[in-house]
Amino acid sequence: MAAFKLSIVTPEKVFYEAEVESLTVPGSEGYLGILAHHAPLITAIKPGKIEFRDTEDQIHQLAVSGGFLEVSGNLATILADAAEDVDEIDIERARAAYEREKNRLISAGKEETDIDLPTVRAAIERAANRIRIYEETH
Amino acid sequence: MATLREVKKRIKTVESTQRITKAMEMVAAAQLRRAQQRVEQARPYAAKLDEMLSHLASGSTGEIIHPYFEERPVEKKTLVISASDRGLCGSFNANVIRTAFKWLRENKGTDVEIVTIGKKANDIFKRREWPIVGHWADWGGMLDYDKAREVVAFLTDRFISGETDQIDLIFTRFISTVKYRIVVEKYLPIARPEVEDDSDVHREYIFEPNPEMIYSALMPGYATTKMVTALVESFASEHGSRMIAMGNATNNAGDMMKSLTLDYNKARQGQITKELLEIVSGAEALKG
Repeated sequence: MAAFKLSIVTPEKVFYEAEVESLTVPGSEGYLGILAHHAPLITAIKPGKIEFRDTEDQIHQLAVSGGFLEVSGNLATILADAAEDVDEIDIERARAAYEREKNRLISAGKEETDIDLPTVRAAIERAANRIRIYEETH
Repeated sequence: MATLREVKKRIKTVESTQRITKAMEMVAAAQLRRAQQRVEQARPYAAKLDEMLSHLASGSTGEIIHPYFEERPVEKKTLVISASDRGLCGSFNANVIRTAFKWLRENKGTDVEIVTIGKKANDIFKRREWPIVGHWADWGGMLDYDKAREVVAFLTDRFISGETDQIDLIFTRFISTVKYRIVVEKYLPIARPEVEDDSDVHREYIFEPNPEMIYSALMPGYATTKMVTALVESFASEHGSRMIAMGNATNNAGDMMKSLTLDYNKARQGQITKELLEIVSGAEALKG
């Protein structure tokens, strides 16, 4: 199968850089699959699961918290806000974050606070995404 | 010549100073290592982001519609100065501040306000004619992501609400331990990305869902990344500069101790000679 280059970069590090055969990302309009020689594309990425198959037929799965994907000239670039391999997900931390943010949201409904609702919602979504992917794969 | 006791006291003082500078050098070296790592990690992301923005601009037709690009007639400018919290880092802060004053001279005609990052920048500018509208200190020589985001939110709000028309940023780009370069960069409005006219690069991009949405999702991250990169580069430069300054201080203290020890030995020898002379002359006198 034809391969293309994938690089996943987060603000902390270059997460992955190698040839892959197929790639699935959670685009802002829904999951989309990329194969070699895909048409040039730029899209935002929602929190979700990135899946790709490398040239050794190994399937990699990672949780992503959002970002962007650009495909051009047989090169796919993912700029991720944060990404971690499913085996590296800190499930305790994700659960704690989920509870914490949920409580904040509940308390915000009761009384006037100065929390930023979109930020809290995004945090809940990120935590929920990690938990979901962890439970799916373990 | 100083007395024996005085010289000894001085040697002790220099010695304890040297111990401190040596410890500071070592701490700075450790922090530098960490900061350098951060710089190297942050660079690829920033570069890719630049690239993507440029592709976005060249691939989409029509005007870029995002408030961060809005160029207005400049009536008011904001200068963000990134210096260190603590001193003893050689000429680091002096260089940053000199550049800031140069910028201020060049912008004499415009209404200017200042945002300082780091205690030292604030100390210098708090009693000057330009108002400080924002101040972030106590970074501890490390990047605090939340704090950086606060700075970005403050600056972008100020720009979008029209309180300022242009934001410039003075920071130091880290080159190597012994080298950094002071950079004055326009932070907002963001320069319109270069449209690559190359037919090879110019492709028909598919945008999901549309360029406007991607811009509005991309630009806040872009502004944050730019600030974060500037800050990590500044911190790395600061630690590099401190390490070199403290290394020099340690060496100087060593030289000083050498010459003081020489003085001490000379004084000691002088005293022994004197005492011998006294004994000998006393014995001579007794002989009669």
